[in-house]
Amino acid sequence: MSESIVLISARNLRKQFGAVFAARDITVDIHAHSVSGLIGTNGAGKTTFVNMLTGYLKPDQGQIFFDGQEITGRPPREITRMGIARSFQIPQLFDSLTAVENVETALGIVGKPLDQAQEILARFELTQFAGSLAGILPEGVRKLLDIALAMVADPRVLLLDEPTSGVDSSEKFEIMDRIMKIVREAEVTAMFVEHDMEVVRRYSDRVLAFYDGAILAAGSPEEVMQDEKVLEYIIGRPLRAPLAQEGAHA
Amino acid sequence: MKVSSMLRQQHALIALLATLVLIALGIGLSSWQFVVVVALAKGLAALGLVLLLRCGLVSFGQGLYYCAGAYAVGMAMSYLGIRDLVPLLLLATVSAALIAALLGVLLSRYRDIFFAILTLAFTMILYGLLIRNPVLGGSDGFNVLSPGFFLLADGALSRRTMFIITAVVVGVSIWAVQRYLATPMGRLGPAMKDNEIRVEYLGASARRNIFWNYTLAGALAGLGGGLTSFSIGHIDPDLAFWTTSGEFLFIAILGGTRNAYAPFLGAIALELIRSLAFQYVPNAWQIVIGVSMLVIIIFLPGGLISIARLWLRSSARGG
Repeated sequence: MSESIVLISARNLRKQFGAVFAARDITVDIHAHSVSGLIGTNGAGKTTFVNMLTGYLKPDQGQIFFDGQEITGRPPREITRMGIARSFQIPQLFDSLTAVENVETALGIVGKPLDQAQEILARFELTQFAGSLAGILPEGVRKLLDIALAMVADPRVLLLDEPTSGVDSSEKFEIMDRIMKIVREAEVTAMFVEHDMEVVRRYSDRVLAFYDGAILAAGSPEEVMQDEKVLEYIIGRPLRAPLAQEGAHA
Repeated sequence: MKVSSMLRQQHALIALLATLVLIALGIGLSSWQFVVVVALAKGLAALGLVLLLRCGLVSFGQGLYYCAGAYAVGMAMSYLGIRDLVPLLLLATVSAALIAALLGVLLSRYRDIFFAILTLAFTMILYGLLIRNPVLGGSDGFNVLSPGFFLLADGALSRRTMFIITAVVVGVSIWAVQRYLATPMGRLGPAMKDNEIRVEYLGASARRNIFWNYTLAGALAGLGGGLTSFSIGHIDPDLAFWTTSGEFLFIAILGGTRNAYAPFLGAIALELIRSLAFQYVPNAWQIVIGVSMLVIIIFLPGGLISIARLWLRSSARGG
């Protein structure tokens, strides 16, 4: 069964910045065609984990395997060529080029015909921005263009670092709908870092909860979001009655 | 078809037309032949610089390869007795490219001010080596004879023939670089200037791209240096002095970095401004050049080539 194939396997990943542990013996398997949501407070180690998987950071210890091949510490371009693409919390675009030139540049790098650019923009519903400079596009559009660039090479794995951060809350689900439609159509294994629990619950089929550089819990969205530790350290418990109300009863 | 898109697709034709116009003008205005030949040779060095500027790299060391090309010609003539233009120009280009490839391995690791200062350091090292080495002519340099050309002449080439050959070499270089800029590797330059991280995360190596651009830039400067040595007839270490590299930078900014034609426009404009300024205000020619640069930066930040762009845009709107 395709769901049971382990595509990415991280073993005992450790990363330390001075006295701060950004990753403490992280061991996790990512299955093919799954969509995993990475949650956790700021500094919990989510982005460090993504950065290690994509070669941006080299782990101090541990191993990463992609489709059975070790990729630990390989440079980003090699990992990208192997089939792991990513987007960034701050979109990494070619700001002085237009949206269509951005896609054409990406197509040129991966050796595809440049005339596919309009088709790719259309898939992300970005056709109307084709001639606009990437540097002046709205944040939501920039996020989508960043993901479009990552998808140009037909990756097997797509890592999205906070795809809806900086986007108006009314647009979040619209953007995620578009991204997930493309991810499902392309049968890509996806992982996304996200702070909005509703987004995580709605779009992921597996959740990894990070806290203090370690994975606190992993499982289905329902399981993880009801986990005692996750409630305690990440999500927070629902507030009790307001103090004034309590005082009134006293 | 719009004029602008038609022009984009017809670079070979435009390069050919530009060469023919240049040759016709040069033959018509024979007193300007020397000035234009030197300008075109410098334009080749500036064209190499354009490749680097498109990647976001400023080099103060293009003079190193210009000088290397010129010295390769001078030494091959003096010590090996080679007199034919074709092998001499090939030698100038290849030797400059080899030095650029060697230094490019190191320089491709650096960016911004570190890259600029290192390029400056290397050209000044060459300057220092040449000025203190009597085998290489010391501070006086040495003379370069007029070359022969296997098809046209047994003896030395005339100034007019040299002008035509230079124009043809420049035309072919423009066509080749323009083609290169349209390839995925050529298109990567402006992308790297914007965002190297994304380039790496698309699977390309920014360092490798800079290495090849740097080597190509060196080869073009070497070719320019070779042509200069034939026209001036004398080479000296000043070709590697940092002010020579500064002049190439000046030309590249004056012309613009948008395409391969721009640096030649800049080089010819600079030589014209300098010649006219010498003639009419001999005591203040530097001021004239400085003010010209100021005007270009303020009113035409894309360089003189942006005038052609503005014209193309207006004609596209019209038709």
